[in-house]
Amino acid sequence: MSIRVMLPAAFARHTDGTKQVESTATTLPILVEDLGVKFPQLGTHIKDEEGKLRKFINVYVNDEDIRFLGGDTYQFQDRDEVMFIPSIAGGCSGNSA
Amino acid sequence: MSSACRTPYELYSKESGKSYGNQPLSICDESFTPLEVKYDFDAVRGLITRKTIEAGPLNMWRYASLLPIPEGLEPDLPVGLTPLVRAKNLGKRLGASNLFIKNDAVCFPTLSFKDRVVAVALANAQAFGFKVVGCSSTGNLANSVAAQAARLGLKACILVPAELEQAKILNTLVYGARLVRIDGNYDHVNRLCSLIADQYNWGFVNVNLRPYYAEGSKSLGFEIAEQLGWRLPDNVVVPMAGGSLIRKIKKAFDELIYLGLVEAKNVRFFGAQATGCSPISRAVQDDTETITPQRPNTIARSLAIGNPADGPYASRMIRELGGWAEDVSDIEIVAGIQELAETEGIFTETAGGVTTAVTARLIAQGRIGAHETTVFCITGNGLKTLDCLQGRFDVGRAVRPRLADFEEYLAELDNIRPVATVVEPEPELVPAD
Repeated sequence: MSIRVMLPAAFARHTDGTKQVESTATTLPILVEDLGVKFPQLGTHIKDEEGKLRKFINVYVNDEDIRFLGGDTYQFQDRDEVMFIPSIAGGCSGNSA
Repeated sequence: MSSACRTPYELYSKESGKSYGNQPLSICDESFTPLEVKYDFDAVRGLITRKTIEAGPLNMWRYASLLPIPEGLEPDLPVGLTPLVRAKNLGKRLGASNLFIKNDAVCFPTLSFKDRVVAVALANAQAFGFKVVGCSSTGNLANSVAAQAARLGLKACILVPAELEQAKILNTLVYGARLVRIDGNYDHVNRLCSLIADQYNWGFVNVNLRPYYAEGSKSLGFEIAEQLGWRLPDNVVVPMAGGSLIRKIKKAFDELIYLGLVEAKNVRFFGAQATGCSPISRAVQDDTETITPQRPNTIARSLAIGNPADGPYASRMIRELGGWAEDVSDIEIVAGIQELAETEGIFTETAGGVTTAVTARLIAQGRIGAHETTVFCITGNGLKTLDCLQGRFDVGRAVRPRLADFEEYLAELDNIRPVATVVEPEPELVPAD
């Protein structure tokens, strides 16, 4: 079983410009670990203090937000296309100076 | 206002602390969190006063010194400075004596508050040398990008959900923009735009130009304060789609306080959503900043963002400042549109129906006090969502152009009306034996 993982431009600095990789990970937490093995520099950046994927990074499987599919418990299917997309909006609340 | 007075600004990441100067970029490559515009207000302290602002043009560019507008660029499209209307009739009906409407239903040029954000985004697109601009849109943004790009001589490519209201589609195409209808909802469109922005050298106003774009919303907050006589209101009610506007109004108030242009005040912020797409209102009511995405199902399509990127920040801000969020049904939305039109003569789109209905509910709940100064933001025009009113009114038969026929018709209407509004007699409370 293999899935295709699409990485956004914001990750490129930590992946030597690689934008797509194959993985045999079966769930999202395993995939995050696998990306850390493939790209050690990326691994340290995409995880929060608890070792989980940072909350501002959205994950989509084919056309669907992984949260609609069961999140961390979703079992990847062969040839799933998995996309990591950082949340674009945001900003500081208040202290603008 | 001369550009010499402008506040220096640059992009930075609050999470990683890294600065990025000014470039078309929205994500920090260290923390993968959104970039923000940071200003050096201390550099202009004392130079920006109520007087310098009041001497500026009668549009949002009177606040250019507080917006990320590149040096040497003088935007001249008269966007913003929309009316702040005292809502006496609606207030009377709802039991609120100091109710105001910030009416962006008449924002120039495309009748929604999106004209503000697009104006700032396209000023930056010009400075960065983009020839093509675009956006993902629920409609109002599409209209505004198309119109303002046309005027600036930029090409526009606009992506919208296929199901969008006809009026908003025509209102985009008329400006000569390229419009691509995507078979999916807004969240699908938005995701696709992220991928396109990675591949094409285009200025997407709400993707790679997003930090600048979002700042344009502050102008609405600046105007509210100035139009209240350089005072802040007690409460603001704001419709929420992605959750950005409500936060930028707060940011505007904070900046005015920091610069000494208004007195500090603990303004409470209230968010309004449609029940059919209410992830932020749910989060506020559940006392969390974790947003659970929803699949939108509401007539308020301009608010139909199921995975609102600013949702966590908006929820946190609302709760921390003692505000609240509510959501209303599609039936209440249409009733809200009619109520605002009948009382104040303002015709708003479905999003405005949401805000009106939520404001009414907040007053009824006592969350908004009867005599507090409350501003509710109407962000779009009813002419764009006529479909939600289809079949709601009887236009009547055509009358011959003769006085006698006219009088007969009036009598007919007067006779019909009591019949139409007749109510069933109240049932006996005590059943007769």
